[in-house]
Amino acid sequence: MGDKKTRVTTVSQKYIMALAGIFLMLFLLVHLSINILMIVGDDGKLFGQAVQFMITNPLIKIMEYVLFGGFFIHILIGVIMEVSNYRARPVKYSRSLKTEKSMFSKYMIHTGVIIFIFLFIHFFHFFYVKLGFVDIPPVASGKHDFFPMAAAIFQTPLYSIIYLVSFVFLAFHLKHAFQSAFQSLGLSHNKYTPAIKVIGTIYAIVISVGFATIPIYFLFFYN
Amino acid sequence: MKITLKIWRQRNAKVKGRFVKYNLENVSPEMSFLEMLDFLNEQLIKSGEDPVSFDHDCREGICGACGLYINGRAHGPEKRTTTCELHLRSFKDGSTIVVEPWRSRAFPVIKDLMVDRTALDEIIRQGGYISVDTGSAPEANSIPVGKHLSDKAFDAAECIGCGACVAACKNSSAMLFVAAKVSQMALLPHGKPEAAERVQKMVKKMDESGFGGCSNTYSCEHDCPKGIPVEFIAKMNREFFKAKVCKQKVE
Repeated sequence: MGDKKTRVTTVSQKYIMALAGIFLMLFLLVHLSINILMIVGDDGKLFGQAVQFMITNPLIKIMEYVLFGGFFIHILIGVIMEVSNYRARPVKYSRSLKTEKSMFSKYMIHTGVIIFIFLFIHFFHFFYVKLGFVDIPPVASGKHDFFPMAAAIFQTPLYSIIYLVSFVFLAFHLKHAFQSAFQSLGLSHNKYTPAIKVIGTIYAIVISVGFATIPIYFLFFYN
Repeated sequence: MKITLKIWRQRNAKVKGRFVKYNLENVSPEMSFLEMLDFLNEQLIKSGEDPVSFDHDCREGICGACGLYINGRAHGPEKRTTTCELHLRSFKDGSTIVVEPWRSRAFPVIKDLMVDRTALDEIIRQGGYISVDTGSAPEANSIPVGKHLSDKAFDAAECIGCGACVAACKNSSAMLFVAAKVSQMALLPHGKPEAAERVQKMVKKMDESGFGGCSNTYSCEHDCPKGIPVEFIAKMNREFFKAKVCKQKVE
């Protein structure tokens, strides 16, 4: 962090950042694999069963708290690093050319902030309902009745567009995040790193396109 | 050829600097960048002006003394080239060339384009060497070293400590420099006994010196005149992890 008082070194910060990031990436996979059940065309029956499993499983309950911890640490360290990195160059260059390697990595804080704002909207739509902070929408029969909530929200074009645009930024964030996490953890190898980069790109596309199918489904294919 | 220079002029670290424009005519495309600056300085001296200060020494790309931020790139537009090895033929006739010093909190400007890179020396002082006096060179076969390891160690040892990685990094991070110095030692049997202590001390000093952290942007590798790969940063992270988890605490 550039100060003599620094306890956690920049290398350790990156380790924590990467571990929290990998955990969040695993969460996204689980989240997608449940939510994609909404578009199978059975009016949310299968999805409802999966939701039932998630809300009754005590392990998932515990993981929910771990997940919030993961988000908190990831965001906190991200902001701390951004501030100390900004301070490391008090006088900026008059012009600085971008290297072809750095497109997504330079905007992690920007895409991160967009995802953070998106999370608020997303929470307002679903998670706060579950917690009881927001009234259960009239379309839903209970606080866990997410399918009609999703249908109502995504049939509003503005919300669908907000979600879809956010997924594009999520893809940019993940594209760099995946391989960056391996590098930060010291897992770089000339035999495997090219494969990690390809898998990272595939992961970013699968997650963002996967989530994007849900608003598209409700907007165009669901009556 | 004819060029316009926009050069950062700053009297010392305490006062603010600014860009000053200079028009140079009759410069040869075969001139090195530093020769061109010498040419400019001769003209400035003749006209009674203060010459532009810049660092230089060997002028053959091995000492790491020269280092200018030219047209938005550390060491200018050519890859794997130090400022002293850059020639004017890399620029178009009539073009404007913007020349700035390395910009980092850890590298205060001494004057004009000359910065104080003591921070890098301070990091080396924390253990970028083998502390035991081993006398003269030992018999080569007494400590066998695999060819791939010696090659890799040499790749890291190519670092000339110019600070281009710091200059190129958006966070002005010195990770590539520290990683190269940590790795060249950690890869060889001679450096292993002190590896854990070395990496912890050097990383600590790096943070204290005011360098930023790594965003895995890899601009450092791109602008490094020796092409030191970022896999050494991963190597340093591994060494650091090993040291923290498995080895003794360092005061």
